[in-house]
Amino acid sequence: MLSAILWTPLAFGLISLLAPRRFAPWVAGTGTLITLVLAAIVAIGFDSSQGLQYVVDVTWIPGLGINYSLGIDGISVFLVLLTALAWVPAVAFTASRGTDRAGLFYFMLLAGQTATLGAFLAQDLLLFVLFFDLMIVPFYFLFGIWGSDREGVTAGSATVKMIVFTLIGSLLMLVGAVAVGVIAADGGQLTFNMAELAEKGLPSGSQNWIFWFFAAAFLVKMPAFPLHGWMPDAYRAAPLPALAVFSAVLSKVGAYGFLKVVLPIMPDAVELFQTTMLIIALGSIIYGSVMAFTKIDLRLILGFSSVAQLGFITLGIFALDSTGANGALLQMINHGLVVVPAFLIVALIAERTGSEDIGPMGGLAKKAPVFAVIFLIVTMGTLAIPGSANFIGEFYILNGVFNTDVAIAIIASSGVALAAFYALRMYQRTMHNPLPEGSDSREISVRDGLMIVPIVLIMIVLAFCPQIILGDTRDSVDATVAVSKEAAQ
Amino acid sequence: MTFDAPTIDYAGLSPIITMTAGLVLLVLVAVFDGVKRTAPAIALLTLATTAGLLIWQWDADTPLLNGSLQIDGLAVVFSLLVVISAAAAVLLTIGDPSEHQAGRPDFLALLMASVLGMVMLTMASNLITFFIALELFSIPLYALCGTNLRKRESLEAGLKYLIIGSVGSATLLYGMALIYGASAATDFTGIASGLTEGGLISDSLTLVGVGMIAVGLAFKISIAPFHQWTPDVYQGAPTPVTAFMSAATKLAAFAVFIRFFLVALEPMAAEWDVILAALATISILVGNVGAIAQSSLKRMLGYSGVAQAGYMLAGIVVATQQGVDALTFYLAAYLAMNMAAFAAIVIHERQSGFSDSIESLRGIGRSNPLVAWPLTIAMLALAGLPPTAGFIGKLYLFQALVEADWTWLGVMIAIGTMISLVYYMRVVATIWMSPASDASLQVPSGEPGVDLDSPRRWYLVLPAILGSAAAIFFGIIPQPLVEFAQHAGNALAALIS
Repeated sequence: MLSAILWTPLAFGLISLLAPRRFAPWVAGTGTLITLVLAAIVAIGFDSSQGLQYVVDVTWIPGLGINYSLGIDGISVFLVLLTALAWVPAVAFTASRGTDRAGLFYFMLLAGQTATLGAFLAQDLLLFVLFFDLMIVPFYFLFGIWGSDREGVTAGSATVKMIVFTLIGSLLMLVGAVAVGVIAADGGQLTFNMAELAEKGLPSGSQNWIFWFFAAAFLVKMPAFPLHGWMPDAYRAAPLPALAVFSAVLSKVGAYGFLKVVLPIMPDAVELFQTTMLIIALGSIIYGSVMAFTKIDLRLILGFSSVAQLGFITLGIFALDSTGANGALLQMINHGLVVVPAFLIVALIAERTGSEDIGPMGGLAKKAPVFAVIFLIVTMGTLAIPGSANFIGEFYILNGVFNTDVAIAIIASSGVALAAFYALRMYQRTMHNPLPEGSDSREISVRDGLMIVPIVLIMIVLAFCPQIILGDTRDSVDATVAVSKEAAQ
Repeated sequence: MTFDAPTIDYAGLSPIITMTAGLVLLVLVAVFDGVKRTAPAIALLTLATTAGLLIWQWDADTPLLNGSLQIDGLAVVFSLLVVISAAAAVLLTIGDPSEHQAGRPDFLALLMASVLGMVMLTMASNLITFFIALELFSIPLYALCGTNLRKRESLEAGLKYLIIGSVGSATLLYGMALIYGASAATDFTGIASGLTEGGLISDSLTLVGVGMIAVGLAFKISIAPFHQWTPDVYQGAPTPVTAFMSAATKLAAFAVFIRFFLVALEPMAAEWDVILAALATISILVGNVGAIAQSSLKRMLGYSGVAQAGYMLAGIVVATQQGVDALTFYLAAYLAMNMAAFAAIVIHERQSGFSDSIESLRGIGRSNPLVAWPLTIAMLALAGLPPTAGFIGKLYLFQALVEADWTWLGVMIAIGTMISLVYYMRVVATIWMSPASDASLQVPSGEPGVDLDSPRRWYLVLPAILGSAAAIFFGIIPQPLVEFAQHAGNALAALIS
């Protein structure tokens, strides 16, 4: 079952690469829909009272002790669903607008989905690292080939920067992952199964350096301040549908890695470096919020707001508190759900005004009330207004941090206020004020609405009953956090 | 007094005998105009027969000719890889201007002589055969580098390689003399016992001898700081020759590197491992940093080859069977990627009038998929990205290093790989993400060797496709290649404790 979810996108991607040009969007769309249905079936059948489910475990490279082992637990179940969901509008949006070299585009996009799903499903540490590294390759091509050149930065050079930055961390993580397996085996049978590794444990001296190898990979991927250097150029170059899934899902893999790999396997190091990580998270929140407020490019506003949001998520994870970690996981889903429509709306705005800078914009709400309402809901999600699921997520996170460190929690709270500044500014500048010359206040079309509204509806549903997610995830998250807590005592 | 002639195991020697026969045949063919056209077929047939005989001897583990050669898993695996590399070179040579100028059978005869030397070198287990085989493969290569007689750079490359290669050989020979002096033996196992019994393991002259042998081999494998010839020769030599020597010389030299250091010098592993680790580190840094600034594709691959040699050397540093396995896997993967890369370059060169600048690849992704895809896959594999054999190769090396407590060297490899992404990914970006420039459309026709139809020549396309397919296949299903590599390591299992 999980293998089907994992390989369906790639299979359909290959078909659309080889299929005649006009069938490519249909093939790709079918692939993402099938993946979504399969993921939904798995999520519905998921039993929160049990640990790892739908396990697949086959020897892959016996010579190196690597298994092809997949499974789904409370931490990954909704992230898998989010991944399956996010790709549908991305493919649909591209298909509705058409693209150059469609077959290759869909192949890369769907290969990216397979790699991302693989990272969430893998239960073998090296398999996880492999998929983690693999994720960046299709997006490198997507951003580079279909991206747009900006003044001073070509799409090619922006993406080379991106791949170099992200792989710096990934390669160190590969060494770290091998070291985890070898040191834990201690001359015995070599295994990279995550559960077994967590059980065997590592000497705390080794944990300390291996921790940073993993942290480097995850923090760059998120991106967290000060490792976000690749982000602005890459975000500006990227084609928007690909950027929507990239920002919504791939950034979460870093946070997921902390929760799934680092906390259970390196509890001593987590305890030791807790404060450092909290400060990095805090830095991301403040820096991301301030930068989002000063930028006028919509992509960068959303990009830096992601930095801030991922800061919150990191904060929740490293509060090492059950409430905080649950909030972090909820926030991962929330943020993913906000970002996908947000970037697609940016694309719609750009179609109406011919620009992505909020400077010369305004008045788009005039003749388009429905469009404005959709954007307003997304904006409210971004700033985590009370009543939204994001508010619940941030509340949980801050609650968790208060239990751990009051000073950090108080500073982090300012991030919530800052979010209101940049989110409202973004909304006002685009939707209100007089409509400038050359802009066109057009209502959202039914076709585009069908891509965006379902996700917005899910956001609203989650706002009313976040228990849908928290109920299924709580046990797994608590188990993960408990390991680090034990180490702390 | 009776004299016992050594018993000759003809089965074990059969690959060498076949290669020699093929070589003689090629030299004879060169004399008769009527049959010259058949030379590539003869060369390929010889290589195929040799490969068949090597597979026949797969499980052999016997000394040949009084122990001067040894046919075992290590020899068979490395010889097979050399033969594959040579077959690709023969195909890529068809239609190359250097082949016209040097004469087709003569060119191939030189190539075959070099292959014969390499096959012998993988079996060498005696200082005498070691040196003879090394020279047998080197001297024809010097000549091959200079076969593009009308191109200054080619002649320069040949001369430069000859001079520097000779310095390397001389250093090696001097080192051998010192080792012989310390151990009173020329065969590898004899050296090991001679060094232990004589108590000269940490003697300074012995160490100088070991150092000189390491330096001599470092010249051949292009380990920094003995790499200065590499970029010039890679760029100047005819591309099929570059393709051949980039992988095959590394294969042959590493085979004897393994055998000499892990068998003959095994008792003093604690003395040389740090020296080799330092050489590996220097090589990784120098190669990767040097490659960044290159604008010529072949020069860049030359520097990248220096860095890759550094990664490979790490497999010897650990002095374990797993290290040998990892090194063998990495070499096999490297052969596949190199074959794809150079075959693509050959196709591109013939179409574009022999420009190998990275800039000339602009827009190739759109106009010429048969160059773009193999080159892209090769670059991703060289950079060690999944899902290619390059990723698994690095993983294998990391595992061997961590297990033998050489984690810092693993970290050096990781850092080197990061630097390497800059230049590998720039090539990919140029192929796919830059619009075609007007300059690359102007094809200087009339120049010898220009062939606008090169992407439709099966003998050029075949190595490109096979190489890139292998690089991807063994990245997804690596187990067969892992077992292949372990066959080489198993041969030494008894000797490495």
